Amino acid sequence: MRDAFARAFYDASQLNSKLFMVVADISPASKIANFKTECPSRFIDVGIAEQTLIGLSAGLALRGFKPFAYTIANFAIYRPFEQVRDDVCYQNLPVTIVGMGAGIAYSPLGATHHTLEDVAVMSSIPNMTVLAPCDPAETEAAVHFAAGHTGPLYLRLGKAGEPNLTAQAQPFEFGKIRQLRPGSGACVLSYGPITKMACDLADKLQAERGIPAAVYSVHTLKPLDTTGIAAVLKQFPLVVTLEEHVERGGLGAQVKQLAWETAAPCRLHTFALQDRFIHLYGSHQQLQQAHGLSVDQLYPQISNPFQGTSLHG
Amino acid sequence: MQTTLATTSVSDEIRFGAAAFDVSAAQRRCRAMRRRILELSQRLPALHIAPAFSCLEIVDTIYHGLMRQAPDGRALDTFILSKGHGALAQFAVLEQLGVMSRADLDTCCHPDGHLGGHPDYGSPGIEASTGSLGHGLPMALGICLAESERSRAASGQAATVYVVTSDGELMEGSTWEAVLLAPTLKIHNLVVFVDLNGYISGGKTSVYHPNLYPVADKFRAFGWQAIDCDGHDQTSLTKAVDSKDPLRPLAVVAKTVKGQGVSYMQDKPMWHYRSPNPSEYQQALEELAEPDSNALDPNTGRSSASPERGSQI
Repeated sequence: MRDAFARAFYDASQLNSKLFMVVADISPASKIANFKTECPSRFIDVGIAEQTLIGLSAGLALRGFKPFAYTIANFAIYRPFEQVRDDVCYQNLPVTIVGMGAGIAYSPLGATHHTLEDVAVMSSIPNMTVLAPCDPAETEAAVHFAAGHTGPLYLRLGKAGEPNLTAQAQPFEFGKIRQLRPGSGACVLSYGPITKMACDLADKLQAERGIPAAVYSVHTLKPLDTTGIAAVLKQFPLVVTLEEHVERGGLGAQVKQLAWETAAPCRLHTFALQDRFIHLYGSHQQLQQAHGLSVDQLYPQISNPFQGTSLHG
Repeated sequence: MQTTLATTSVSDEIRFGAAAFDVSAAQRRCRAMRRRILELSQRLPALHIAPAFSCLEIVDTIYHGLMRQAPDGRALDTFILSKGHGALAQFAVLEQLGVMSRADLDTCCHPDGHLGGHPDYGSPGIEASTGSLGHGLPMALGICLAESERSRAASGQAATVYVVTSDGELMEGSTWEAVLLAPTLKIHNLVVFVDLNGYISGGKTSVYHPNLYPVADKFRAFGWQAIDCDGHDQTSLTKAVDSKDPLRPLAVVAKTVKGQGVSYMQDKPMWHYRSPNPSEYQQALEELAEPDSNALDPNTGRSSASPERGSQI
């Protein structure tokens, strides 16, 4: 995803001389290095100073430029939260805050380097838009959208090595859930790199129960495609949400709310990170498992028709 | 968005300097603005009168003596009141300039109005929203870089950004992030006035932080040019800026008096928030009366006999 982000930003910068790359102690890699060489005045490294990363970016935007403020996700939004809220969102400025390695991708580094609750925190600020692409190709589409966006945007990225999931998908459309694969008996809604697990879960449902399960990327978390999700809740007898984020303020809680509001007839499972800091310093996959998130842990829960939330009997 | 400072255009770009700055007219203006702020205080609660009075001469000097304007009246330079709680000083100057209307100030902090207790981006003449301390300087860095980028494209001179901070803001970490960073980024088109009134709402800054002093040395240690001066002596303020090193940011450390102009408010922390009662109000008006009140407009402080340069913008 990092490389896809860099490529897409570089490509967008060729078309738009207003783009700035503002980083906080991130070495320019991939095509960002090309951008720095070719446009040195539009590449700014503020060092380890995240409040200034965001404040300075707001200042650039106040004068008509379009900065991408880029660092590891937890540093990009937690340390400078007030700058994100006051300088960017309150003034409604076109600053894209790029949070790399979001969720628990930096598993061995501990919770100081995780964002368990970033979608909830960013989505709660007025004027903010939140995008979380599921793979490198969707990341490129999201970057091109962000480059033309006229307001604050939080771009939640993974790290590196994510597989491509969208080769056969419908085109990316901002604000709309995106079908990655069709299905009828079940549907999994997910976002970010954990969407790969959603696809694997769908494969297992098909292989072991013969249930053709659809998978959607909910890349736009704010504004949420309530119409599209309501249609999913109406169409499928079993709906699953899967996210690398706590449920409160995440996709799961919002889908549950929508299911109640629309009197959805489906069974609904919401899988998310647990509401706690887990001191496990293993691989990304091992930390996901500690939170209860793996195909082997999830499958038994959804394959039993008597489990899950059935909101309206 | 950039401010239009004038309803009357002037013939050419003007760089006001110490030699051209009419200090006695400025003193009259500032007395009139103090009276106007006191008048507002009789209708509105908690207006931060004393913090506005400490920076009034600084703000007046920036608008009338330092900022340049284009022939069409557009401001070429930028002013940010980082100590947003001094808003009444900026509002009074903008009213005096005709950028804000009398009705704008009359309805300040009133549900029918559009001005609050702090400057809001989007209000006439306001270039950035402030109120939470420590935000103005990082945003100013971004505007400085944006102006340098613009001037590079236009082969012109980069516009200057003027910022007023309080000494209380020097307790905020974000301020020092930006102070450290500005010379590193070779930002040269930045002038920061520190309104050194010596108080935060809880008491004396010298008691809170004896090691904050001398302030100018801290800026110098980080690569700035720094000049001490009397923040109520407008000649000394303009002279400080006239001696600016063109290659470095300048900090003008301006010693001021909180509540300057009204004897009973001076250096009394309770006037950080309090409004005078009717008898206190009358006493303040007497202290701020014009020596020859017949010659002056009671609201603007302009002399009808000798139009001053400041009245043009």
